[in-house]
Amino acid sequence: MAQKPPMTLAEKLVARAAGLEVVRPGEVVTAKVDLAMMHDSGGPRRVAPMLERLQARLWDPDKVVVISDHYVPAVDAESAGILDLTRKWVKAAGVTKFHDMQGICHVVLPERGHLRPGLFVVGGDSHSPTGGAFGTYMFGVGATEMCGVLVTGEIWLRVPETILLHWAGKLGPGVAAKDMILAMCARLGMDGGRYQAIQYAGDTLAGLAMQERMTLSNMAAELGAQTGLIAPDAVTRDYLLSVGVPAGEIDIATWQSDADAKVTERHDFDAAALSPMVAAPHSPANSAAVAEHKGVSVDQAYIGACTGAKINDLRMAASVLKGRKVASGTRLLIAPASARTTAEAAADGTLATLTEAGAILLSSGCGACAGYGAGVLAENETCIASTARNFKGRMGAGSSKVYLGSPYTVAAAAVAGHIVDPREMLS
Amino acid sequence: MSAASTGRVWKFGDNIDTDVLAPGLYMKGPLTELAKHCLEAVEPRFAKEVKPSDIVVGGRNFGMGSSREQAVMVLRELGVGAVVAPSFAGIFYRNALNLGLLALVCSEAGQIRADAVLSVDAANAELCDLDTGKRYACEPLPAHLLQMIADGGLLPNLQKKLKVQRSKEAQA
Ligand code: SF4
Repeated sequence: MAQKPPMTLAEKLVARAAGLEVVRPGEVVTAKVDLAMMHDSGGPRRVAPMLERLQARLWDPDKVVVISDHYVPAVDAESAGILDLTRKWVKAAGVTKFHDMQGICHVVLPERGHLRPGLFVVGGDSHSPTGGAFGTYMFGVGATEMCGVLVTGEIWLRVPETILLHWAGKLGPGVAAKDMILAMCARLGMDGGRYQAIQYAGDTLAGLAMQERMTLSNMAAELGAQTGLIAPDAVTRDYLLSVGVPAGEIDIATWQSDADAKVTERHDFDAAALSPMVAAPHSPANSAAVAEHKGVSVDQAYIGACTGAKINDLRMAASVLKGRKVASGTRLLIAPASARTTAEAAADGTLATLTEAGAILLSSGCGACAGYGAGVLAENETCIASTARNFKGRMGAGSSKVYLGSPYTVAAAAVAGHIVDPREMLS
Repeated sequence: MSAASTGRVWKFGDNIDTDVLAPGLYMKGPLTELAKHCLEAVEPRFAKEVKPSDIVVGGRNFGMGSSREQAVMVLRELGVGAVVAPSFAGIFYRNALNLGLLALVCSEAGQIRADAVLSVDAANAELCDLDTGKRYACEPLPAHLLQMIADGGLLPNLQKKLKVQRSKEAQA
């Protein structure tokens, strides 16, 4: 038998799921799905009627994870109804991997040990590439396609090309993964990923915690990629062990790109030269160094979302807010990404630092990120947020404006009442 | 999808996102209500004046953003016959086909006139401007996807397959 040609991590993951020795970019294959994740908004309330119509059952209830995060906690009868429907459906369908009001799906999924290198996972949410941070091939699908997966356990895909985004050097103080991804959005644009697989690599990555890596993979969605992979390493292993994944199930060695595997594009970035970035309305690609937007006054600063309110994010905010107060005329809202995040932040004093500075704590969930919950904006208001998207009208009224920045930058804006370079507040 | 569908063009720019197609603010309500706000942030006339089988012509990366299928469902609710763009966001594209909405990748979409009336030939992946006669080639869709759209989307397509499977099981 001929020797196997070198393959990228993405190709290896797709090949395994498709039951093939070798796959080539452009080929259309059918993959077996290891896990399907849904949330309350795009999940049961949408797929249940479809399954009923088909009179079909789940292909494997043990491979389904449901996480209620979008409409939590209920603010009116409609959202309460959606959450109620979700609880009842999960029970009836025999889904035991159900996390109700425990935080945002992309954060809860790895936190509860559902991910590991080598898996092929679909999620009913566009930020599903987050799973790529764990060496999992994960991407987002709509509810109808999810229904197809729930019935058959399979999905078609075009084997992606691999786009390598390479980072060298060490980030300076006050500069974070969010700044890296905004810089990549600025350089590549929101369709730079061409629905292919992005792989983030380079020595900068080795120095990043899992939560920071998740921010990069999460916003592969903003680059228009299907997934955003990071090859697993010791940091991945330590995280997975800490959430209870058995050591024997963590395979680091297999899930690496071969040294001579072909990537179709490579873009190089210099971490040491990176300054804090801010995305101006209404696109993450509209990003520039924070100095460009210095002085823009903000009505609201929002630290929330899967990409911007994990434990590391809250610690970044706390390092700015320690001993300072939120400016009068500005409100700082913080929605920790998960219940576990809140517990960790309470245990290490982070939470107290945030509230002493005048931050208003909101419940863990999607909240104002997509305009679903508490913290939405009035007409003509300006907000700076640690979220992933600043599309027109996404956080509330159509005329509101949202700037994006790292938790450092958002916290600094809350203190100043306008956008500033957070490094001025880190001593 | 009939071969001879024709419709008026509604033209939009690059990066039309899912929040503009299906604004989060109205996502809890019924689809008919959501559809009234489709694209209103960029073209308030659209939802009021669009006619069945009209054609939405977008710019690059049409449908970027969230995975919400409502972004496709509102277009179907309004009767849109096809969406044409030089490139689509991946999830929107998959959703469109899965819901039986023809989405055609056309590198020359930018040249289509804003008020043109087009005929759409899905099987041959071709558009024709009925006034000028100019033809626009689109990327052909693989046969299994054309079949799925013809069936009305993934669900009817699955229904067909399940029926075959169940009758086989019944015989076994
Ligand atoms: S926090 Fe925002 S980006 Fe993340 S899953 Fe929720 S709505 Fe989507």
